[in-house]
Order: sequence, then C-alpha cells, then structure tokens
Amino acid sequence: MKLPQTHADAAAEFLKDTDRSHWHDDTLWHVRSKRDASAQKIPEWEQLRTLASQIKDHVLSNLDTLLLQFEKNAQANGIEVLWAKDAQEHNEHVLRILEENQVKQLVKSKSILTEECGLNHFLEDKGYDVVDTDLGERIIQFNKQVPSHIVMPAIHLKKKEIGDIFHKHLGTEAGSDDPQYLTEAARQHLRQKFIQAHAAITGVNFGIAETGGFVVCTNEGNADMGTHLADIHIACMGIEKLIPRAADLGVFLRLLARSATGQSITNYNSHFHRPRKDKKMYLILVDNGRTKQLGREDFRNSLKCIRCGACMNTCPIYRRSSGFSYNSTVPGPIGSILSPGMDLKKHSTLPFASTLCGSCSDVCPVKINIHEQLYKWRQVITKEGPSQPSKKWAMRFGGNVMSKPKLFDLMGKMARKSLSISPRGFVYNSFNAWGKHRELPEVPKESFKDWYKKNRNK
Amino acid sequence: MKVGLFIPCYVEQFYPNAAIASLQLLEKAGVTVEYPLEQTCCGQPMANSGYQQYGEGAAQLFRKNFEAYDYVVCPSGSCTLHAKEHILSDQEGGPKIYELCEFLTDVLQVKTLDASFPFRVGLHASCHGLRGLHLAKPSELMIPEFNKPLGLLEMVKDIDLVQLTRKDECCGFGGTFAVFEEAVSVDMGRDRIKDHEQQGVQVITGADMSCLMHLEGLLRREKKTIKVMHIAEILNGHTPEN
Repeated sequence: MKLPQTHADAAAEFLKDTDRSHWHDDTLWHVRSKRDASAQKIPEWEQLRTLASQIKDHVLSNLDTLLLQFEKNAQANGIEVLWAKDAQEHNEHVLRILEENQVKQLVKSKSILTEECGLNHFLEDKGYDVVDTDLGERIIQFNKQVPSHIVMPAIHLKKKEIGDIFHKHLGTEAGSDDPQYLTEAARQHLRQKFIQAHAAITGVNFGIAETGGFVVCTNEGNADMGTHLADIHIACMGIEKLIPRAADLGVFLRLLARSATGQSITNYNSHFHRPRKDKKMYLILVDNGRTKQLGREDFRNSLKCIRCGACMNTCPIYRRSSGFSYNSTVPGPIGSILSPGMDLKKHSTLPFASTLCGSCSDVCPVKINIHEQLYKWRQVITKEGPSQPSKKWAMRFGGNVMSKPKLFDLMGKMARKSLSISPRGFVYNSFNAWGKHRELPEVPKESFKDWYKKNRNK
Repeated sequence: MKVGLFIPCYVEQFYPNAAIASLQLLEKAGVTVEYPLEQTCCGQPMANSGYQQYGEGAAQLFRKNFEAYDYVVCPSGSCTLHAKEHILSDQEGGPKIYELCEFLTDVLQVKTLDASFPFRVGLHASCHGLRGLHLAKPSELMIPEFNKPLGLLEMVKDIDLVQLTRKDECCGFGGTFAVFEEAVSVDMGRDRIKDHEQQGVQVITGADMSCLMHLEGLLRREKKTIKVMHIAEILNGHTPEN
C-alpha cells in the first residue's frame, strides 16, 4: 500500500473504519474528561499554569547558562555528561557507551527523544536487542510500530489486538484479551529482560540545573526496575527539559499527571543524582534542532512543552485521525508546531490539520499558544514550503475580489445567480469538496446589502 | 456612540436574515447603526490559509470603512477575532470591535428582550468566539462560569435550552479546513449534530453563521429536520423557516 502523503489523506483513510475512529475519539475524550475533573479540584490551577509558563520562559531565556550550571553540577555528582548536536551524534554516543562497557543486553524506558533520534533502529542495525519496558511501548515494539501518542503509545490498539500480539510474541492463550492476564504475561516477560540487562536507557522529564540531578516519571516503575538492576544508566535528555531549581519541580509534577491522564501525580517520580557505587551514569544532552527553534521568535515557546499529551487528547482532529496520520514522532497539535521546524517539506500539511479552535492552547499546562503558532507556521509554509499553485492562485484571486467592493458585489450576485440556475450535477461535481457530503446554502432572494439599500439607506 | 455594522461576506450573500436580525436588535436597543456599503470581508479566509498578504487589501478596506466609528459590531465571533487581532490591533484610538453578543452584554448591558421562541434549542459554542473572545468559559479553563450568548438566550421567553454532552467541541468548519480536510471536517460536524439530536434539539443556534452553515449543509444533505438559526434571529424574535 502506498503511504498517504498528506495529513488529510491519512485522516480520511483512518475515518473509513468508523467503528475504530469513533472508539478512538471516545477513548481520548474520556482521558480529556478525566483531566478536567482532576484540574477542577485544584483552585489555583490557572495560577499554576501561569507559573509553569513563566518558569519555562526563564529557562528558555537563560538556557545557555542554565545548561552549563546543570552540566557542572551533574559532573560534580559523578555523572558523565555528553553533548549531542543532532540525532546521529546522540545515537553514536549511546553506541560508544555500550561498546566501551561491553554491554550486550539493554532495556529502555519510555523516551520520546530516543524515538525522535531513531535510536532503536540504529542499535538494532548494530546487532543490539533493545527492549522497551513501558507496556505500551513493548506492545508496539512487538507490532513493529511507532508510538501513536506520546503518553499512551499503543492507544490506537484495541484489547483484542493486544491479545493477538501477545499470543504471537509471548505465547498467551489465543483469543484472550483479559487485561489482568495480559499484563501479568508482560510482567513475567519483562522481569527476565530486567534481570538480564547490563544497561538501562531512560528519558528525562526534568533536569534540575541547581542540583545537577534529573527526574524520570513513569506509571509502571519500569525506569526504576531497569536502572536499579543494570550497571550502566544512560539518560537521554532534550536540552529544553531543564528547570532552574528543585523548588520548581512541584509546579510541574502537579500539572503533568493531571494534564496527561487526570491522575493527581505520576506513580513514580524518580530522582537521579549520582551513580551508585561501582556503577556508571551517563547523561546525553541533545539539541537536534532545538536551538534553531529557540532562535525562531514566533515558535520558540513550543520548547516549553513537558510532553503531557493533553493537546492530543483534546484535539478533535487528532482524536479522529490518530497519531499515525501526522507521520512525525510527536503527533497532534504540539507536534504540528514542532515538526515543521525539523523538516518543513515533510511536515508542511500539519499546521493545516487544525480548525484553529484553540482548545490545545487552553488545555496546555505551560500555556503554549499552540493554535497561534499553527497560524504562523501556515504563513511560513506558503512562502517556504512546497508550492501549491492552484491554492495560491485562488487565494490571490479571492483577496483581490475582497479588496474591491464593486467587484465583490458583482461576483456575489453572479455566484448566487449561477447557483440558483445551474443543474445540481454541475454544482455538485467531483471538484466540489464541500458538496461531497454537505449541501451548499440555499440562495436567498436578495443579499443583505440589497435589502439594506431598499429598507434603510433610502 | 457611533456604531458601524460589519457583516461577514458569506452572511451578506447567503444569510441576509441573520444580518437583518443583527441590525434590528441593535436598533431596538436604541443604537444608531450604520452599515457602510463599501464593505466586503475581513480577509480571514486568505489569512487562515497562510496567505495573510492576500487579505491585506480587504484589511485596508475594512480600516477605511470603519475608521470614523467608535464601535464596530459584527455578528460573528470568528470575523471579529480576526479583525481584532490582525486588522485593528495596531490602531491606536481607532474603533473598538465587538462581537454582537458581547456588545449587547458588555456595552449595551441588555437586561430584557422582547422575544419568544417556543422551541428546543441547542447552543453551539463557536471556537473563536469562545476561546478567542471569551464569550463564555471554555471547558478547558478552571475559571468561574460565565456565558454571554447563553445569558441572552435565557432572556427569550418559552425557549427550551438543552445541555450538550460535549458543550464546546469544535464543529469542524474551520474555514478552508472544511474543504482541505473534508473527511475530518464532516466527521466532526456529524458528531456535533448527533449530540444535539440526542438532546432532542429542534434548532441549533450560535454566534457564528459559518459553523451553522457547515452543520446546515450536513443536516440538509442527510434530510434531517433540525434547523439552524443565527442567535440574532432568535433574540430578535424570528421563527424557524420551513
């Protein structure tokens, strides 16, 4: 099957299976509702959002000095700090660490950054077996897919499908889709992997400049299982994941889980400061386009994102098109303002996959003006992205008509006239996307302007 | 107080009743309103499609048409927001633009309406008015409840207002989105209609005719009996057409 190229095509494909698309929409709307109920209980919710946004403003304005402070403190704690300008450098650092320490088996907890860098494929090509230990990620790893959501990576799969995948890969009973039974099977399977692993890779939710420590949040405790059992801990962190002080952490932890799933707090918020005796801890700080985004005034505060996924759960388009339709590591509204900065051509349709309804901006715990940035990316894409001559011509023509009142009146009259006399098949032709499933408005006997001239402006 | 009425291009051409109702509502409230005849469009269709520069001619015309007024009133949250953010934003001392419901509520402080509407009504919260102009509390924000369009509808006698399951989900119109993302747009519209249907709604209303045009297009194609009416028509005492 040829992969659909635009978001619109991919979304249309997804919507063909109405049972699945409605189920997907309802499932994620349920998560959004849980978020509302949870946020509702915090009287100072809006204050927290403002505070979080301001802290991140401070971080982005002082990223250079904060990063150096973070590095210095981390090194003083005994963490080996590495810098990576892009995905390749990041992956090579990981490979070198594995080779130097003669690591054969490794486990990885959830990290969208390593997805962004394509780490799994890179290491698999070198002969490593990378085991994702987050349940959702393990499921899609078995299924040879990428995450369709940054918090719930396997949210596109139904219970029965997961039962089938586990039957194939873990030998569970055919046809069984009992969540407890399947989870137990995953638990037993992953225990073996944890025990065998020499190295554990984790992401980083928050790096704390003041202490040189970092925090990893998981609901399953899988980051802890991995890092506590392995000799080597490699933490991969985007440079924007910094906060200035340990005292700032509470603001973000209170917002993160409530925004993500409606939980009052993530089950495990694990603080890492230094390697245990005779063990090693590495921290890779990754740019991969972030400083470029920081330099774009209109788009810099997209880097405030704490990856809660609330904008996906609330987005009526994401819920009805699924994560894969975005064809980017981070899908949904936030992905649609981050991804064009990485590859404008590849992601040129994403900022248009929105009605600019603004729900994403209002739900965002760090107050990123997502929908305004979507609007701004559209302005950039029509100038620097792939050319769309017919759309451009239509818009220029429309703009011209709208700037000339007499021409506008004439065109309006002609449109109403031709709509009222044309045969139906002429109006509802294959080029009329509006009319595929919708009627055009009925033609009134006169325009408002005509009425006004007769009734008010004598 | 000099008030200029701005009527969105597609309303002027296809929904004159919504425009007439807006004008009459303001007149009934004792406001002297003028409709500058040289007006066309705010330029939003071009700008939201990424061609803000092609909407500049329309924007200039807008500024010229309304420069002599204290207030511009417009029966569309979306066009009002666009004009506010992109046309009048850098104009000091120029006219202030208000969406019709917020003008009636905040400036005229209307307390009573002479209208009756004995129908079961669902209020569609159009996004730009809701989240851009704050006509009501969006469900995402944890702030005190308020709802200007609903407050006005509650002044109408005999009206039966329903509670929707998803009270402020987008209908999927989104300007050119309706055409370029046709499949998602239609799916979103159908879901909104279903919500209203489940509440036994006879008339869907709202402060943006564009959303209603999209929903009406689906309702008429699917031969459903639910009607759409602009909120100004209900507030002005119109009845649904058959």
